[in-house]
Amino acid sequence: MIELACVLSIPFVTALLLGLFGHRRGAAELNSAGSLFTLLAAGMLTIRVIRDGPMTLFDEQFFVDPLNVFLIALTAFVGLTTSLFSRPYMRVEHDHGRLSAGRLRLYHSMFQMFMCTMLVALSTNNLGILWVAMETATLTTVLLVALYRTPASLEAAWKYFILCGVGIAQALFGTILIYFAAERVLGHEGGALLWTHLDAVKDQLEPTVLSLAFVFLFIGYGTKTGLVPLHNWLPDAHAEGPTPVSAVLSGLLLNVALYAIIRSKVLVDGALESHFAGNLMIGFGLLTVVVPAFYLSRQKDIKRLFGYSSIEHMGLITFAFGMGGPVASYAGLLHMTVHSLTKSAIFFAVGHAAQMAGTQIIDDIKGLLRQSPTIGWGLMLGTLAILGMPPFGVFTSEFMILTTAIKHYPWATPILLTALGVAFAAMFGMVQGMVFGKPTVRPLPHNPALLPVFAHLGLVLMLGVWIPPYLADWYRQAAKFIG
Amino acid sequence: MNPSLIQAIPLSGQVINLCAALMLLLGFAMLSQRRILALINLFMMQGVVLFVSTLVVALTTNQHHLLWSAGLTLVLKVIALPYILHRLIRRLSVKWDIETLFNIPTTMLVGIVLVVIAFNVAQPISQMSGTITRSTIGIALACVLLAFLMLITRSKAVPQVVAFLAMENGLFFAATSATYGMPMVVELGIALDVMVGMVILGVFFFQIRQQFDSLDIRHMERFKDK
Repeated sequence: MIELACVLSIPFVTALLLGLFGHRRGAAELNSAGSLFTLLAAGMLTIRVIRDGPMTLFDEQFFVDPLNVFLIALTAFVGLTTSLFSRPYMRVEHDHGRLSAGRLRLYHSMFQMFMCTMLVALSTNNLGILWVAMETATLTTVLLVALYRTPASLEAAWKYFILCGVGIAQALFGTILIYFAAERVLGHEGGALLWTHLDAVKDQLEPTVLSLAFVFLFIGYGTKTGLVPLHNWLPDAHAEGPTPVSAVLSGLLLNVALYAIIRSKVLVDGALESHFAGNLMIGFGLLTVVVPAFYLSRQKDIKRLFGYSSIEHMGLITFAFGMGGPVASYAGLLHMTVHSLTKSAIFFAVGHAAQMAGTQIIDDIKGLLRQSPTIGWGLMLGTLAILGMPPFGVFTSEFMILTTAIKHYPWATPILLTALGVAFAAMFGMVQGMVFGKPTVRPLPHNPALLPVFAHLGLVLMLGVWIPPYLADWYRQAAKFIG
Repeated sequence: MNPSLIQAIPLSGQVINLCAALMLLLGFAMLSQRRILALINLFMMQGVVLFVSTLVVALTTNQHHLLWSAGLTLVLKVIALPYILHRLIRRLSVKWDIETLFNIPTTMLVGIVLVVIAFNVAQPISQMSGTITRSTIGIALACVLLAFLMLITRSKAVPQVVAFLAMENGLFFAATSATYGMPMVVELGIALDVMVGMVILGVFFFQIRQQFDSLDIRHMERFKDK
């Protein structure tokens, strides 16, 4: 109980402190320290859950089970590495005069607030609170995307707000419908929005209402996940915000939105006895894999490029959970982990590369390897990993997804393989041009933080070669839970 | 209509139905309103209607937490948000702005189609619902869809935000009519989000105007994927 309280309150308190002192010296260190303590608390929580099993806390408003505790740990970990990366990154931005001290304060405070909302969204048992936390996460990231106050960033933030606001309004309607269905079974006082209660009576819930609710929830949280055709906000928001924000958007927020969809799917599957939710997810998942693959080759901005790549991977994960079953769900969870680790590592490297070149335009960044071998290799290896090259973990999860697809949905396999091939051709060529060749980039005034990049890539490599038995066990439990 | 049929519906039910009809009417009025100032007033009226209907439901069904949510509606949607919007448009000096709208009759016709769709979607839910307000679920969904239509047909920042808030009104109405409202903690959270969102957007308006010399969203279409 104390662990979860710490996980939720540390980022909140840090956000308040940074809101007051975020412009002073040492704010970046405070940011990292807050993230470190959050991670420690998340680690203790994880140990607790492994030892004692799932539990509900705080008047059943919060709960932890194998599925969300693993996402909480991942979120806290990426939060810590991102805060480590953002220290030198933001210092360079400040030196270049792109950010004033006041903006830095806003950035630090909102970063922690964003972590807090995501952790609440992951750990809450109440579907209504889940919605509220997702909406608050949107609001904090809107401020972060618009941090530079350039015309482009304002446009990106506005688009993000309107699209996600509309999307998430649909999710609220879906939540109302679930409440409506549940109230008839659980009654007014019976905690009709509490997920654990809903899960216990899911086979008694009215199927027509639940399927309608799922459609709305899927549209709503799907917008936030970046599913085609509601993905438009994602590349803009990734390109225009500061790079640490792109890293947490891609690495964490998309996962949290997916988590909301998965939770809803479990309820609907229980009520419907059919594969309706799964089919919906398979369809939109496939579309989301294919469409961005063909947009990749047209991108000129490096952060937009990787934004589109995130959309593609979200499609793949949605597809995996749509297929369902122990293997596909296991692969989906593994892919969530390796994607968030790899993509944030890539964004760390890209952020420094863009600072060295003074631009985000792919054609103007050349010769990273010669100027700074570590950033060059970080970007190259990260790209190879995200494109699914063995021995990285992305290869393992994609392989598992593909083999399950061959077994159960053979028609989808060529579509997936084509999209992955197209993505490979497009991205590899571009990144190769950036890494090799005659340098156009200058060295950075401050030492870049490269530990996060290689820590992430090291973990992804490890997950590709050997998954620790307790982790595999944990994935298996969570996958069984999703069904 | 047969007089005995009217008598069959209790007075409170009739008031709620009247409120629902007014909500829908205001939804259409907002869809076709070109003046920003009038638009905000329409939004405020929708808030009043929402308040009255929530209050009537609360009193007739003895759902005490609904009284709180009615109060919340009154404070937030009738007083606070319109006040903020009025201040904003005065300070941005767009008070008398008129927006050129894309073909109003067509928009209205599309709106009617949306209402028909909403009624069809909501029918199975209404049949299952046991609340005195069940006939209004379709209207609530229609209000959400009309606000959505308004959001995509408007090109200026302030009307887009009003549309966004109107959508929230529709959702709130849906929650009261289908289930007598969500649990209090959720409603409070939603209200807080709307409030914070509104403040952030207010700041945004100034930034957007500073950067683009206009609050017209069409001026910032640089990023469309070619």
